[in-house]
Amino acid sequence: MSILEYNGAAIIGMAGKDCVGIASDNRLGIQYQTVAMDFKKIFKMNDRLFVGLAGLATDVQTLDQLLRFRMDLYELREEREMSPKVFTNLLSNMLYEKRFGPYFCEPIIAGLDGGGSPYLATMDLIGAQAHSRDFVVAGTCEGNLYGMCETLWRPDMDKEVLFETLAQALLASVDRDALSGWGGVVHIITREGVISRELKGRQD
Amino acid sequence: MFGPTLVIGNDILDIGTSKFDNERDQRAIGGGAMIPRFAFGEPGQFDVPNVADPAHFCRNNFASACGNSDANQTVKFAKGTTTLAFKFDGGIIVSVDSRSTMGAYIASGTVKKVIEINPFLLGTMAGGAADCSFWERNLGMQCRLYELRNKKRITVAAASRLLANTMSSYRGYGLSMGTMITGWDETGPQLYYVDDDGTRLHGRYFSVGSGSTYAYGVLDTYYRKDLTVDEAIDLGKRAIYHACHRDAMSGSINNLYHVTKDGWVKIHAIDVNDMHYEYLEDKKNAMASS
Repeated sequence: MSILEYNGAAIIGMAGKDCVGIASDNRLGIQYQTVAMDFKKIFKMNDRLFVGLAGLATDVQTLDQLLRFRMDLYELREEREMSPKVFTNLLSNMLYEKRFGPYFCEPIIAGLDGGGSPYLATMDLIGAQAHSRDFVVAGTCEGNLYGMCETLWRPDMDKEVLFETLAQALLASVDRDALSGWGGVVHIITREGVISRELKGRQD
Repeated sequence: MFGPTLVIGNDILDIGTSKFDNERDQRAIGGGAMIPRFAFGEPGQFDVPNVADPAHFCRNNFASACGNSDANQTVKFAKGTTTLAFKFDGGIIVSVDSRSTMGAYIASGTVKKVIEINPFLLGTMAGGAADCSFWERNLGMQCRLYELRNKKRITVAAASRLLANTMSSYRGYGLSMGTMITGWDETGPQLYYVDDDGTRLHGRYFSVGSGSTYAYGVLDTYYRKDLTVDEAIDLGKRAIYHACHRDAMSGSINNLYHVTKDGWVKIHAIDVNDMHYEYLEDKKNAMASS
């Protein structure tokens, strides 16, 4: 089993009309043993920028701390918030710094750019960036997530429709994956603010 | 299967006995057509790899499901299960989950892991699905032949021994099977554990599969010989629920059977997720009242 699949995860980032959403499951396991059902995998960087980290749990937490530190430093120095584009490059460079001993994480970045339009990006564990207009996925059931997103995604969804789409895509995907699930969380980022909702998922 | 010289009459009841083997050998010596050997559970019924030591070849290429010994083999089996069975004063409870996984992918959530061998015998399925269903069906056939020959039902001890003997004769060939054989016979309720390396154990309660440790935790805590039938059903249900909750490879639906002197009865098939909220409610009520 790959070390990226050691703890289990499922994360989706999805674009709507003037809004963007990010969703993850809640499971932390050690291979096939479920240890926790309230593990945080999505982190708020600022009011318009969220990052989801799928992969090895210890590296998820380390990367969150490193990113938090760099974000705070940037805000103190520059007296402004970091844009999603800058953040993506920052994270990409942080990951490539560890080219020969990487953090075992696949990040998903979801946010609103300066103009307030959706920004989605993902990268592999050594920082190769990939950008998308519709959705990005990561985790142990990547195939399932792609299948659900390809089926359910529609252009120009409003925030409520985007929430429903994210929730349904996530729940359906994790029900066919042994390593993720046990409930989930969805954040919808809009210009007016963030809507966060918890999902009740299957407990087996 | 049989040559033209063999007339299928009453002799069919002799299949698998030494009498049949002797007569067949006689016919073969007498110049008749060679009749293929029809012995139960002996290697040779199946095509095996064309090498000097087929067992050794099988062991290296698709060894048994025990532990992680198959990490490097070319053929990997789908497995991951929780099954349990226990004897008590009111009979026997057999309780299983219904998830089938291929690695981390959940291939099915509606698998029947209790195999109804006959109205008085049940077998459970853990390990390779094909091995379990084939050899327990084969056991059913052997048990029926025993009934026809001896005009009485086979004991659970004898039935489980037939399966254990089959497993012994295929030892090293990479069969994957962990099963509990239960039933009610002239000696009362009986429970045996039989697995692919020929182990055959008699006991009061067993649990088999990746989630068995979780189920044992519940069984060891709450099992009593003098459980009422309702208490026993709840114990079987709870043990499977806790296993399904913590074990990623177990889940979906809990199938539960009760065995009495009149044979087995299927008690329920409940979604494990519904059980989670039912037990959550119980826990809240218990905490509120204490």
